[in-house]
Amino acid sequence: MKRQRYRLDVGARIDRGKTLRFSFNGKSYEGFDGDTLASALLANGVRLVGRSFKYHRPRGIFSAGMEEPNALVQLGSGAASEANLRATQVELFDGLEAASVNCWPSVDFDIWAINDRFSSMLPAGFYYKTFMWPKKFWHQYEKVIRRGAGLGTAPELPDQNIYDKRNQHCEVLVVGGGPAGISAALEAGRAGARVILVDEQAELGGALLGNGEHIESRSGVDWALAARTELDEMPEVHILTRTTAFGYYHHNYILMVERLSDHLGAPAGTLRQRLWKIRAHQVVLATGAIERPMVFADNDRPGIMLANAARTYVNRYGVRPGNRAVLYTNNDSAYHAAHDLAEAGVRVEAVIDVRPNPTGEGVEAIRQRGIKVLAYHALVGTVGVKRLRGIEVLALNEKGDGFSDGLQRLRCDLLCLSGGWNPTVHLFSQPGGKLNFDELKACFVPGETNEAVIVAGAANGVFSLQGCLAGGAAAGREAAAKTGLEDPGAPSLLPVIPAEEGPITPVWHLPPVSKGEMRFVDLHNDVTASDLELATREGYRSIELVKRYTTAGMGPDQGRTGNMHALAIVADTLGRSIPEVGTTTYRAPYTPVPYGAMAGRDVGALADPIRMTAIHGWHERSGAVFDDVSQWKRPWYYPRPGEDMNAAVKRECIAARTGVAILDASTLGKIEIHGPDSAKYLNRIYTNGWSKLAIGRCRYGLMLGEDGMVMDDGVTSRLGETHYFMTTTTGGAARVMAWMEDWLQCEWSDLKVYLTSVTEQWATLSISGPNARRVLSDLAEGVDLAPESFPHMAVREGKVAGINARIFRVSFTGELGFEVSVANSYGLALWQAFQRVGEKYDLTPIGIEALHVLRAEKGYIAVGHDTDGSVTPGDLGMDWLVSSKKDFLGRRSLARSDSIRPDRKQFVGLKLEARVPEGAQIVSELRRRPPMKMIGHVTSAYDSAALGKSIALALIERGHERMGETVAIPLTLEGRVVKAEIVSPVFYDPSGERLNV
Amino acid sequence: MNKNKRYSIFSLARNARGYHKNWAEAWRSPEPKQSYDVIIVGGGGHGLATAHYLAKEHGITNVAVIEKGPIGLGNTGRNTTVIRSNYLWDESAAIYELSLKLYEGLSQDLNFNIMLSQRGLISLAHNQHDLREVQRRVNAIRLNGIDSEMLSLAKLKELVPILNLSPTSRYPVLGASIQRRGGIARHDAIAWGLARSADDRGVDILQHTEVTGLRIQGGLIKGVETTRGFIAAPKVGVAVAGHSSVFAEMAGFRLPIQSHPLQALVSEPLKPIFNTVLMSSTVHVYLSQSDRGELVMGAGIDSYNSYAQRGSPMILEDILAATCELIPIFSRVKMMRQWAGIVDTCPDASPIIGKTPISGLFFNCGWGTGGFKAIPGSGFVFAHTLAQGEPHEFAVPFALDRFTTGALIDEHGASGVAH
Amino acid sequence: MLLIDCPYCGPREEIEFSYGGEAHIERPKQPDKLSDAEWADYLFMRNNPKGPLAERWCHSYGCRRWFNVERHTVTHEIQRVYKMGEPRGGEEGT
Repeated sequence: MKRQRYRLDVGARIDRGKTLRFSFNGKSYEGFDGDTLASALLANGVRLVGRSFKYHRPRGIFSAGMEEPNALVQLGSGAASEANLRATQVELFDGLEAASVNCWPSVDFDIWAINDRFSSMLPAGFYYKTFMWPKKFWHQYEKVIRRGAGLGTAPELPDQNIYDKRNQHCEVLVVGGGPAGISAALEAGRAGARVILVDEQAELGGALLGNGEHIESRSGVDWALAARTELDEMPEVHILTRTTAFGYYHHNYILMVERLSDHLGAPAGTLRQRLWKIRAHQVVLATGAIERPMVFADNDRPGIMLANAARTYVNRYGVRPGNRAVLYTNNDSAYHAAHDLAEAGVRVEAVIDVRPNPTGEGVEAIRQRGIKVLAYHALVGTVGVKRLRGIEVLALNEKGDGFSDGLQRLRCDLLCLSGGWNPTVHLFSQPGGKLNFDELKACFVPGETNEAVIVAGAANGVFSLQGCLAGGAAAGREAAAKTGLEDPGAPSLLPVIPAEEGPITPVWHLPPVSKGEMRFVDLHNDVTASDLELATREGYRSIELVKRYTTAGMGPDQGRTGNMHALAIVADTLGRSIPEVGTTTYRAPYTPVPYGAMAGRDVGALADPIRMTAIHGWHERSGAVFDDVSQWKRPWYYPRPGEDMNAAVKRECIAARTGVAILDASTLGKIEIHGPDSAKYLNRIYTNGWSKLAIGRCRYGLMLGEDGMVMDDGVTSRLGETHYFMTTTTGGAARVMAWMEDWLQCEWSDLKVYLTSVTEQWATLSISGPNARRVLSDLAEGVDLAPESFPHMAVREGKVAGINARIFRVSFTGELGFEVSVANSYGLALWQAFQRVGEKYDLTPIGIEALHVLRAEKGYIAVGHDTDGSVTPGDLGMDWLVSSKKDFLGRRSLARSDSIRPDRKQFVGLKLEARVPEGAQIVSELRRRPPMKMIGHVTSAYDSAALGKSIALALIERGHERMGETVAIPLTLEGRVVKAEIVSPVFYDPSGERLNV
Repeated sequence: MNKNKRYSIFSLARNARGYHKNWAEAWRSPEPKQSYDVIIVGGGGHGLATAHYLAKEHGITNVAVIEKGPIGLGNTGRNTTVIRSNYLWDESAAIYELSLKLYEGLSQDLNFNIMLSQRGLISLAHNQHDLREVQRRVNAIRLNGIDSEMLSLAKLKELVPILNLSPTSRYPVLGASIQRRGGIARHDAIAWGLARSADDRGVDILQHTEVTGLRIQGGLIKGVETTRGFIAAPKVGVAVAGHSSVFAEMAGFRLPIQSHPLQALVSEPLKPIFNTVLMSSTVHVYLSQSDRGELVMGAGIDSYNSYAQRGSPMILEDILAATCELIPIFSRVKMMRQWAGIVDTCPDASPIIGKTPISGLFFNCGWGTGGFKAIPGSGFVFAHTLAQGEPHEFAVPFALDRFTTGALIDEHGASGVAH
Repeated sequence: MLLIDCPYCGPREEIEFSYGGEAHIERPKQPDKLSDAEWADYLFMRNNPKGPLAERWCHSYGCRRWFNVERHTVTHEIQRVYKMGEPRGGEEGT
């Protein structure tokens, strides 16, 4: 078999010296550098490339760009596998492997094509009308339906490529590197603007690459190359090719994806794609236009393509897309395609034109070549299933809404369609830009917008080359001027030659010749004109409903080639005008974007920042198990060899109760409060009073939301006349800081108070246990640790292990305790110093789990653990902490009827007969099976070494008055029930003697 | 329902012979009457379900559903189609479980296949706090008589083999719960099926009719001003989600509601790869695969108030990074389409159902991110509320006055993330 | 992604800011004097207009300052940015 037998010998933008080998559906082929997979397949005579979504009808390459509805392929395998790429957009590389999607066992013989045989049973929305009986069976039907649906497959292995992101500002962003975009960039660049010019293709030129047109005396391609040279010399102009602007968001924020190594096969480990996040002062959209097909029976056969695509394959890729061509059109552009095909040696049988009297220059040129022009004729059918073999034509009747007799058949293997052009308004429309319908051009063009954007060229409904050049240049100058740059004067405007085109006559659809024929509107989703008519007949009349009911326009191609016809057919059926029916919403992304590109580097270790204390390395080396609390890693417990979690936690607890323990408490939130009004401010933030706190003393405080619910707690110390130091929970630190700033700045700006978050500036070590003072005294200098001079809830400054330190005598364990804070960078040194002197006391590092056991034994709450945003201070039995002498945030809410109702859930202890999991629910009346009325739940539950039994804390309805009552904890997951007695939450040392030693 | 209207495999076959030319309209496009017994403002799922149950359960059929655009195109057609009833608080559990039960029979009730796919809904726990919350919820749900289980990691691996269960990942999966009756359904079908059923029972669905004002005299509702003239009714139920505040303003009161964009996206269609619904509140993502093969996912709301049905792309970057982290093989899968709804959020993430300061005017709003799964349950209790003039027992806790008394039903703690 | 003109730092990306909801909500001076309904009005009831909204933003990842923005909730167009304490649009300064 002759290689690339449809390849032209000369011309085009491919490098015939560089042969590339590739495979498609397991067969090997050759192509050239500069090819797309589609052009290489066409060069090799491959026509059947895929199957349609629903009926699995054979399909061929339909376009030469991103609008492709048919030629979707699976590229590569394993980790590099990618589903649903358009063959028309895949640049060929050596070794490329691709396969058709959505067919089994092969594209040539596809079992699912049975759907096509039964298509009469599968009209739009058929699934809403059946599969309802028997009731339980939908699940079974669904399995089959799911298997038949879908396109390509997800990769089997994790991605081995890297993705990157960049933020960029520019004055003028030009989207689209065709004649209009290049002209805009040139003008804006000449004016001195910082310009980014972006195009999805590998090189600039846009339509010029495929249409073979000339600008002045040069070929369009040469003109684009010269422009590129000039742009490259402008230091403030940045050109990005292989880059798609896909999302246009508020305030001129545009997302783009740049493909860096896909055209090389994206070898593992390489940077594959980069997400550009552009904030542009001005945007010029020169996004071109997309050709529309024509709608008639069996208009989906392999060998049928858009006229402009055929032209592109000839001019840009040097490929004859067929041997015998027919063109079917309602406008002049197909004639240019006919010309180029004929020049390339394709036998052009005829141009069929629905217009009664086509007259443009292009039409005359074709007639002069002796090519038959069948004016006022329409296609009514095609011959061939897996490959086009011919077409059927009828003349139109006088009214133009039906046919005359006299069916003609023409043989051909290529049918080129042109139903006019749609400006590519997607990006314009995404941020809310309005569209207007241009009756003359039969398309929607950009209208009003809130964004700083100018649309130029074909995207603006200007389809002539001269118009694009002039419009682009004007847009570039205007955009530069709007950024405040001076107009460079002397406009390098090209003369605008009046269009030589004849007008378009949109004949959106014609009645079927025979019943049940398939006139495809959305090729990808297999939506036919009859489906659209059915939808409107059934009452789905708004275009959005039609779209959803029929799925027209909802495939990966977003209905680029079919939406306008769908709209027109719906309008026709309803007897309304196209603008009355309106368009559906354009949604980002313009073309599909890999998740990986959106994720960038924020995966794996960089998925989220990790916060570690200064002592983290020591914890790791000591075998600590960590728990995540917000972004922090906190030691959970330190198992010794042979110990499980229970054993380790028990040992750690015993150490704290009987000897001495050390805990890395650095993750606690810390806020410095300065200023003369600090006490006044704290009075408003906390429930309790702060006016009388002496310098050098600490106080526990409870913070409520304005809804009266407990939000955070912690100890705040007075370090100086106007200087306080607050601690918060680890998880609440950021929220509390933001909350406090909010009140200070927005409500109490009269207060002279200044807040600084210092969580990361201080490392804090907590020493706890009967021997705590002994250990600390071995290291402390200049601080009298004696109980009478340094009582509980006091703070002193001095040196510990030679390091400047703040020492707080506070305790969350119920034992004698000191928290020593030093500059963060000294944290590890201090920890190691404690390890050294602590050896003789068997100083034991303890994790957060042991701390929780110890605090639970004492009945101390842990906010977020024992509370959940629905708990008041009264519920916690902490009314003693709520001042009645002042207003504070949340106070008024405590007086609402719900806050004072007697049956609120209240904080109690539970004496258990066996350990229960946290989150277990409590009932007063046990029933044999659910539902059961729950009266509360277990918030904390631990095995207490000190007490030798399991304890729990709980929130229970009327808990405070239920002391001594027995309740049940049904553990339905485990099939057992645990009985519990409601007791005081303070299990250990209720008088607090151990704190005051 | 007459023979031409009823859907079945047989009617499909019969109509196939006639090239589907004889299907009846799914619903009429009637001219508005001068007055109705009940007017429902809002032709989304909630409004249509209310009409359906008013007709079906209460025999009240002189009802109009007034919708400014086409039906079902607000949040009903813009969500991620997740259905579940695994709520923490008894009040929420009651109404969402009612909803799920109604969903389970809805295809047959409506004679319209809503494609309810009870493929199970998994909630992941990534740290000790998550685990505790998941345990608490599972225990509560079970004691409310609703199905919920804990999943071992081995079982999780079996159900979702593509999930990243590495203990060294940034947020390792420590455990999970599953509601096996949870799943997804075809959102559009629910609106259409409800509309068809309501219409068949005599309800007028007035599309492309905008309510421009409420006529109130002496504290009583008299009817609504519309772009097609005044329409009278002694009872008006407003179910307009994100636009609720606008209607409250018309009636002269305020709501504790803020409207925010909630974004979602779908991938290109893929062959079946994933057969449950997966939610993670820590890494803020929930995802499923539709019957068409698209991966459907959503995240938290945009922070700012908006009526634009557009959000900011940073939200998408976050959820797609989280997705790639949870399921690394999805990195090369492509986002095909993204959109946003306008969700009406209450301070306690629970809805408001019931009376307003205006006699005869009832509101059903504030469903926030939970509206889709509530559609039949919400419609059922709202229909009762409109028919009786007093709230259904399940609606009582969701009265507007809870913001005055403080009896909030705070599901924030229960979900932490939009769902 | 909004572009917000921080009155202290200049235009910055939305991602640097956090949102604070409706602006000009004043905390009652004497909450005890209010009925439950009046307190609820302050606490929970908010204007949620479809149109211009005076709202608060904080430049959290910049200067950490709160300020007010008047933004249209349909177009997202920012009409005005002003500092805390300055009167809302249309009002005379005092």
